[in-house]
Amino acid sequence: MIPAKFDYKKVSSVKEAVDLLDEYGYDAKILSGGHSLIPAMKLRLNRPEILVDISGIHGMDSITEDGNEIVIGANCTHSAIVNSELINSELDILAQTAKCIGDVQVRNRGTIGGSLAHADPSADYPATVLACDAKIEVEGKNGKRTIAATDFFQGIFTTALEDDEIITAVRFPKVTNGNYQKFFQSASRFAVVGVAVVKEGGSVKVGITGVSDTPYRATAVENAYSGNTGEAADHAVDGVEVMSDHFADAEYRSHLAKVFVKRALEA
Amino acid sequence: MNISITVNGKVYSHDVEPRMSLAQYLREVLDLTGTHIGCDTTGCGACTITLDGNAVKSCTLLAVQADGCEVTTIEGMANGHAMHPIQEAFKENHGLQCGFCTPGMVMTAADILKNNPNPTEEEIRHGLEGNFCRCTGYHNIVKSIRHAAEKING
Repeated sequence: MIPAKFDYKKVSSVKEAVDLLDEYGYDAKILSGGHSLIPAMKLRLNRPEILVDISGIHGMDSITEDGNEIVIGANCTHSAIVNSELINSELDILAQTAKCIGDVQVRNRGTIGGSLAHADPSADYPATVLACDAKIEVEGKNGKRTIAATDFFQGIFTTALEDDEIITAVRFPKVTNGNYQKFFQSASRFAVVGVAVVKEGGSVKVGITGVSDTPYRATAVENAYSGNTGEAADHAVDGVEVMSDHFADAEYRSHLAKVFVKRALEA
Repeated sequence: MNISITVNGKVYSHDVEPRMSLAQYLREVLDLTGTHIGCDTTGCGACTITLDGNAVKSCTLLAVQADGCEVTTIEGMANGHAMHPIQEAFKENHGLQCGFCTPGMVMTAADILKNNPNPTEEEIRHGLEGNFCRCTGYHNIVKSIRHAAEKING
């Protein structure tokens, strides 16, 4: 399978990328690892006129500590996250999440910025980004802004990013007590259900992916949580339209969501 | 677009279309047909090569993205006529039946052993999650990689 023809431009600065997005609008796509985009282009689900390769932008693959936060460049691969000492010691839940994405080859190429911008409803990171209350740093022709995780995901493959904006980094608070639990789609290894739980004192924050067409904070679980995990987990899909496909219908998916929320709360 | 890639230690320069995958480039331009294309959608791992030392699926990489990089394919594993210890181990442990997945398995095994010279069976199986063998020869593939680790570690 060969994608439709496109032009390719490798840029060396965010500004250069933003200028091209501004010029080409919807016909331009950002290329980082390409592990969501290239398969979609081969299947002709996506036919951009130009690919803007941001993988060479200096410093966009760094992982740094900034006070009580960890700042992860958008071009960081899943492998870089899995292997980062800083993330393993200060943000272990993200290493856990990255470790169960795809397979080793995919993790060696796919990036956190690319995954978040693509917003696949079964991607792993969104659950963790939501549960951690991370902030997405973006840059566009009108400058920089920061988007709260809870405002970022807007629907299937849809985010709060404007056409001329790219993700430059993701800013996480340090998290000492968090975990990610996942039921794998056995062939694709995407999440049929993915649940991230962050515990702080007596309260919890719960992010869920794979269940609805938009990843969400399970506020009903958070409100019901008081140590009785089973009871709280029963609220995993309250008010949510649950996805259904040939692999997991809505009833089964709802059941899995409750089971995995319970596991994540108890882990 | 003009690209320059080092493949198995040799530098190649070609003018390629941006839409050409690295797998296609290796097979059709360089005639290195040991890299197989199976699913062509990042699932099966038959096209696995190493890019700057890391295992990647070359069907999901544009040749232009590999510009300036170092690639090793299955053809680059042997030292002249002497097989790489991983290749030897596959031969000795019946780690292949039809052989279609084998180049990808060997290249992924190289990545596993590079990062973890003495992996457990479980770690090997975790490392092979992105490689399919439809002869279902996994048992002997895992055995081969264990054996290769022993050979390399002496």
